[in-house]
Amino acid sequence: MLLGKVIGRLVATQKLSAFTGVKFLVVQPIDEDRKTINEIIVACDTVQAGEGDTVFYETGREATFPLPDRMNPSDATITAIVDHINKDG
Amino acid sequence: MILGRIIGNIVSTVKHSAYQGLKILMVQPIDPMNQDTGTVIAAVDKVQAGPGDHVLVMTEGNSARQLLQSQDTPVNMVIVGLVDNIEYDN
Repeated sequence: MLLGKVIGRLVATQKLSAFTGVKFLVVQPIDEDRKTINEIIVACDTVQAGEGDTVFYETGREATFPLPDRMNPSDATITAIVDHINKDG
Repeated sequence: MILGRIIGNIVSTVKHSAYQGLKILMVQPIDPMNQDTGTVIAAVDKVQAGPGDHVLVMTEGNSARQLLQSQDTPVNMVIVGLVDNIEYDN
């Protein structure tokens, strides 16, 4: 799972039927110090994350599991809202 | 599997149900010389790793599902071993 910060929303009414009912959020990947890394991505949301939330998201095939229609082509799905990042070690 | 060093943990209350009861640690991928390689990842801990520990992280979804005994757990990174020492010939 990878850390990210939600920086916006994306609306797409014309989309694959497998994405019906799925909310898209614009996510900036971050590191453990919340510094920006890599490019901005669009991820499916399953935990009602909002703008400014720190989240972590799944990539790869596992990104398709939390969505209603199993045969969806998602490659990034937000699966948790992060309350704290405790740096130690 | 990759080598990593535990650099902290993540607390999350609002999350996918599959994560209930799982401890999630932050792992800095490293090479055998303990040099940082790549960005920090969040992984499910199955070996009670602590801060600063060197660990083995399994990064493949199918094995993660078998380890967590669940067919639809959205997890593909699991800490599967605590490294005592590494001997290798470069």
